[in-house]
Amino acid sequence: MKKSSSLWARLCAAPYIVWMIIFIAAPLLMVAYYAFTDAAGNFTLKNIVALDGYAGIFIRSIWYGIITTIISLIIAFPFAYAISQKSTKYQSTMIMLLMVPMWMNFLIRTYSWMNILSDNGIINTALKAIGFAPIEMINTPGAVILGMVYNFMPYMVLPIYSVISKMDRNIIEAAQDLGCNKLKVITRVVLPMSVPGIVSGITMVFVPSVSTFYISQKLGGGKYDLIGDTIERQFQTSYNYNLGASISLVLMILLLVCMAFMNTFTSDDEEGGIVI
Amino acid sequence: MKTINKLYTALILIFMYAPIAVLILFSFNESNSTSVFSGFSLKWYIELFNDGETLKALYNTLILAVLSSVIATILGTAAAVGIDYMKKGPLRSIIMTITNIPMMNADIVTGVSLMLLFVFIATIFGISGILGFGTLLIAHVTFNLPYVILSVLPKLKQLDPHLTEAAQDLGCTPFQAFLKVVIPNILSGVLTGMIMAFTLSLDDFVISYFASGPEFQTLPLRIFSMTKRRVTPDMYALSTLIFVAILILLLLNNLTKKDESGVKGAKK
Repeated sequence: MKKSSSLWARLCAAPYIVWMIIFIAAPLLMVAYYAFTDAAGNFTLKNIVALDGYAGIFIRSIWYGIITTIISLIIAFPFAYAISQKSTKYQSTMIMLLMVPMWMNFLIRTYSWMNILSDNGIINTALKAIGFAPIEMINTPGAVILGMVYNFMPYMVLPIYSVISKMDRNIIEAAQDLGCNKLKVITRVVLPMSVPGIVSGITMVFVPSVSTFYISQKLGGGKYDLIGDTIERQFQTSYNYNLGASISLVLMILLLVCMAFMNTFTSDDEEGGIVI
Repeated sequence: MKTINKLYTALILIFMYAPIAVLILFSFNESNSTSVFSGFSLKWYIELFNDGETLKALYNTLILAVLSSVIATILGTAAAVGIDYMKKGPLRSIIMTITNIPMMNADIVTGVSLMLLFVFIATIFGISGILGFGTLLIAHVTFNLPYVILSVLPKLKQLDPHLTEAAQDLGCTPFQAFLKVVIPNILSGVLTGMIMAFTLSLDDFVISYFASGPEFQTLPLRIFSMTKRRVTPDMYALSTLIFVAILILLLLNNLTKKDESGVKGAKK
């Protein structure tokens, strides 16, 4: 009786397992298949060899991703710490206020930044009105990074905040009793204890930064192509699926290596915390 | 120190809300410029309600979000029950690892990989124009599933297995025991998963962009095709309305929470 009911229960997972094999596992194999074949379906290495020409774009994407992640961390940590010092009601309001913009479509928010930063945009119109020379902001690497920080920084705040807010107050008080000043409490106690939050924040910012497209097209004026833009072009304009697949494959491996590296800093079990 | 804290949080919030303030302001602009404000008018809101294609995209987005979140919730909850019963072992860890892939992987790779699968199937069976509502629905269910499974599994873990046994000892069939004991206990996780799936589906652009065809447009796809040219302020008007709707929903949510805590306080 009990045996059969647990068999039934396990069978509940069957439809999902089928779905998972067809729509999660098989598509990843498809990426590999397309990367190693030509348009006629014959085995070839030419898509992999062609990657050589995209090395610069890969390096730029990783570089921008690293800068975005570092800036996000520098902005997010003090923010998470500052709000965690206040009442619970204040904390939840602040987190809500931080997340509300994320519910808006990211395309329209990025487009709005374009209007703020462009040569005839809001900042430059204001500068001209009070008699200053306009500043060139749009179509610079700075604008691209600003767009990425804007879109992904909240994903750094959330995990850091959730670690800091669960920290035992007594530890901080103990540190103060033992003679730590405010700065030392942060560097010696709060910072080391929030490492798990920082690690998942880094992954949550770095992965979308490296793979983003659109932001660089709108705020960089097409001058600073990233991996995402290159993949998008292969699939939506040049229709070279094989080359697109090989670039995607490399991006996937890159992210995998990066996540495996980050995972060495934390010891999560298989069903580790859910994001957001 | 306190003023620095306040100043800093204020600065971050100004940064987060600057583009939103700009788009709300220019949704009321008289001219079609999105950088020079020439006067107050409501004409873009009127324009929006006459823009059939945008309204159709909004409708498509809602249909897709409802369908995909419901399908993902049913499949995902059943999957979580099955996984929970499995013994810890290689099979279970393989399933959990693959389940995590769509959450960890870059959206663009998920989108591209699904597109390649659809294209591959289309070439094998000689189907033309396979990308459309069906493929979009499959894609949305696929990226929603992990979120449902991972919000239901912890609830199942917390559930005392003796409860189900007790129900069966008291005369329930295993199925009845499942309905009357398991489901009520995991309901909050199921609902969290469904809401998360619904909002993810509403907002998704990148995966939809690769998994959809020309004849079925969602709102993010519509916005994308418009930003390729010049965005007219009616998109800003739509975003303003969405923003207001989100604010109202969140405020209502907070108010009801306050009521609950008030009741609990009174009972004490």
